[in-house]
Formats: sequence, structure tokens, C-alpha cells
Amino acid sequence: MSQPHIELTDVRKSFGPKHVLNGLSVKVDKGHSLVVIGGSGTGKSVMLKCILGILHPDAGSIRIDGEEVAGLTGGARDRFLARFGMLFQGAALFDSLPVWQNVAFRLIQGHNMARKQARDIAVEKLGQVGLGAEVADLFPAELSGGMQKRVGLARAVAADPEIIFFDEPTTGLDPIMADVINNLIVDCVKRLGATTISITHDMASARKIADDIAMIYKGKIIWQGAAETIDESGNPYVEQFIHGSAEGPIQMELLKP
Amino acid sequence: MLALFAEAGRIFIFLKNAILVGLTPPVFPRQILDQMLKIGYNSLPVVGLTAFFTGAVLALQIYIGGSRFNAESLVSSIVALGITRELGPVLAGLMVAGRIAASIAAELGTMRVTEQIDALVTLSTNPYRYLVAPRLIAAVICMPLLVSIADTIGIMGGYIIGTRSLGFNSGAYLKNTVDFLQFDDVSSGLIKSAVFGFIIALMGCYHGFNSKGGAQGVGRATTNAVVSASILILAANYLMTSLLFSE
Repeated sequence: MSQPHIELTDVRKSFGPKHVLNGLSVKVDKGHSLVVIGGSGTGKSVMLKCILGILHPDAGSIRIDGEEVAGLTGGARDRFLARFGMLFQGAALFDSLPVWQNVAFRLIQGHNMARKQARDIAVEKLGQVGLGAEVADLFPAELSGGMQKRVGLARAVAADPEIIFFDEPTTGLDPIMADVINNLIVDCVKRLGATTISITHDMASARKIADDIAMIYKGKIIWQGAAETIDESGNPYVEQFIHGSAEGPIQMELLKP
Repeated sequence: MLALFAEAGRIFIFLKNAILVGLTPPVFPRQILDQMLKIGYNSLPVVGLTAFFTGAVLALQIYIGGSRFNAESLVSSIVALGITRELGPVLAGLMVAGRIAASIAAELGTMRVTEQIDALVTLSTNPYRYLVAPRLIAAVICMPLLVSIADTIGIMGGYIIGTRSLGFNSGAYLKNTVDFLQFDDVSSGLIKSAVFGFIIALMGCYHGFNSKGGAQGVGRATTNAVVSASILILAANYLMTSLLFSE
């Protein structure tokens, strides 16, 4: 039995009195695509940021290939981060740089690649997400939301990472563009053979890109299984979520008028 | 009071990261040049105008004040001393604090709330190296350059008022300026200005880095950056003056 590529065990993170991650445990096998679903504010983004070390978990272990990565510093952390790519919710493109320098950022800054060669690779990666070479010299502010997401995807995969995170890849896009992004994600991941964790609350997207689905609720994984089995989960929380119903065990903390 | 100490502690930790992490290789020369252009070159008009009018008004006031005890002849030397030792560095510092601390805080604050700083991390680039260090380096290099230009323009402002409307002889005015001015007067002002540059960039970066909560948070960070940079400049100015001139 091979060890899981990414393994989180009993990870906890609090912000003041608010417990965001409450003993979260999850495993992803190499080359698998895990989609984590769950409502807003249940700790999905915090989980990704803890793995990347942008936030420091209060307790628990985070292992990549069996090696503890929480608390890495200096060169070890740089090498660790070099294996990652991430697509942010708002694309998070650097708006002071033209598109091609965004895509080639890691190649230029991290790998000291010559700018000419980096540009060629950037244009090639843009092509893979369906954007022409004429986009390369535009600035991110000149692009539509869907194009920004695609540039963000090109940037995330530009240095051929082995692990990719997608933070709500389809949020804020129309259904057709959302499906285009889903297809691109599936293509890119297949081409690279990467291990991925995506977080979303878009079920159509989850079904399309997931091998496995896990549901997070109140900072814990309450259900995990193969994507095909989500409809027969037998879990009332999952049932409520995938049907998008206000009635069920998950109660939104709303003040009734 | 407790909040003040907590803030000072956070600034100190930020400073420690900025120096211990930010000032280690790899360096980003392109970023440093870019920031020097923004901080130094683009501040020239505002600093130049400030210095000109300050020198001019100083000449007028000293002439009026000096005439009460027949000391009008001191105008040129007092203008030169006042500008180089005090008003050049401090006023340039405050003007640049308004321009640069604000723009750094707004830029980094926006990068923070749109996750661009997190994105830097995921692209294996340390934000202290890529964002903070170039701004600190550029500000520390540019402020003394700006102030040496401000000194020149300020003295020239006094000279123009002195010779055109106060009736000083042009040659005598310049001779008095040069004779009285010592190297220390200029150098102490330039040392101060390098420290002011550091304060400006540090406050801009610190408040921008720690901004949260969308547009409102960025606005607050910008205000805090300018206010704290200005107050620290005035406090540091007093402190350094008492140290540099206590021979």
C-alpha cells in the first residue's frame, strides 16, 4: 500500500475565539483529484493556506510524501513550494505585470530563465488555456473575469507542478465559462499527472473534476468518498448540500426577521 | 497603551523579517530601479516646490525678524543653515511620506486583499524580498538624493527673494552662504533623510502588508501609514538632532 501523497491529520486552526479548523483529517493519493465541498466560512480556504504554510496550523500534522511540512523554513520551504501551483479565487494576478510575465513569473524569478525563452513558454501555456499570443502583452485589468481565471490557470501550471490547488475555480463565472474552466482543469491535470485539491461549492464543477469528494463542515471532514458515490452518500449533510436546500441539518446562522 | 506596545512589537517583528529575510539574496534589481523611479524621480516636483517656497519664506521672515535688532545681514547664512540642517530633510520627508507611504500602503494593501501576496508565496517568491526590500532600499537611497536637491533649491529660493526683493547684493549673499555653511550641516541633514526614507518605506510596507477587509481596510492602512510615518519622522528628527549635534 503506497502512502498518500498529501495527508492532513487532526489539523486545528483558530482565529481568536473562532475555531476554523477543528481536527481536520484528509488524504489524497498521488495523481488523484480531490474536491472539497462545503459552505462559505467552513474552513476550506484556511485548509489550503495551512498546507502551503501561508497560515500556521495550531496543531496537527501535514505530510507530503510522508514528510512533515508544517513549519518548514528557508531553503527547504522554497523547495517545497516549488512543487506547488495554485489558482486563486480572484485569480490574484499581479496587476503591475503584463500577462506573459504573470504566467512566466516563477520561471523568471525562481528559475532565472532568460526573458525571451520564458515568454515563449508563457505564450505556449496561454495557448493551452485557449488564449492567443495577442493577450500576452495586455495587463490583467484589461481582461474579463473568465480570461483572468484562465491566465491564473496558465500561471499555476507554468512550471509543471506536481501538486495543484484550485480555490473556487468557477465562482463568479457564467455556466458556460465555468464548464470551459472545468475542462481546462481536467486537461491540465491529466497532462501533468498532478495531484490536486480543489475547493468549491459548485456541484457541477465538483462532479466534473473530482475523483474523490470530501465534504467539510464546521472545520472537519464529515464525509469522503468516490465522486460517483456522492448521490448515495446516505449522509444528511451531504444530501442537503448537493441538493442546495435550506431545510436540513445544516442551519445557516441567520437572524429570523 | 497596551495596544501601542503590541503594535510596536508587530512592527519590530515585521522589521526583523524585512531585514533578515528581505535583505538576503536573491535580490531583485529591476524592482529596486522601478521603486527608485517612483520614490525618487517622481517626487522631484513636489519636493522641489516645497523647498523653493520654504527657502523664500525663510528669507522673508528672517529679514523681518532680523531687522528688529539690525541683523539683516544674517539672512543668507540662516537660510542656508535652516534649510540644510532642518527644513530640507524634514519637509521633504513629510512630503514624501504623504506621497510614498500612502502609495506603498495602498499598493501592497490591495495586493494583500486580492491575495496577490499569497500568490507570490505560492510562486516561491518571498514577499519580503520581492516587495518590501526593494522599497526600503530605494527609499534609503533616494531620500538623501532628493534632500540634496531640496537643499540646493531651498537656498536658491532664499537667494532669489534676498536679491530681488530684499535688496541684497548677489555676490555678497552667495559668499555669506558658502562661508558659513559647514560640511556637518549638510551631512547631518542627509543622514537624517536616509533614516526618514527608511521610516517612510517601512510604514508603507507594514501597514499595506497587514491591511484587511477590502477597500475600507486599504483606506485605513493608507491613512495609518501616512500618519505614523509623519509622526515617526518628527520624533526621529528630534532624537537624531539631539544625538548628532551634542558634541
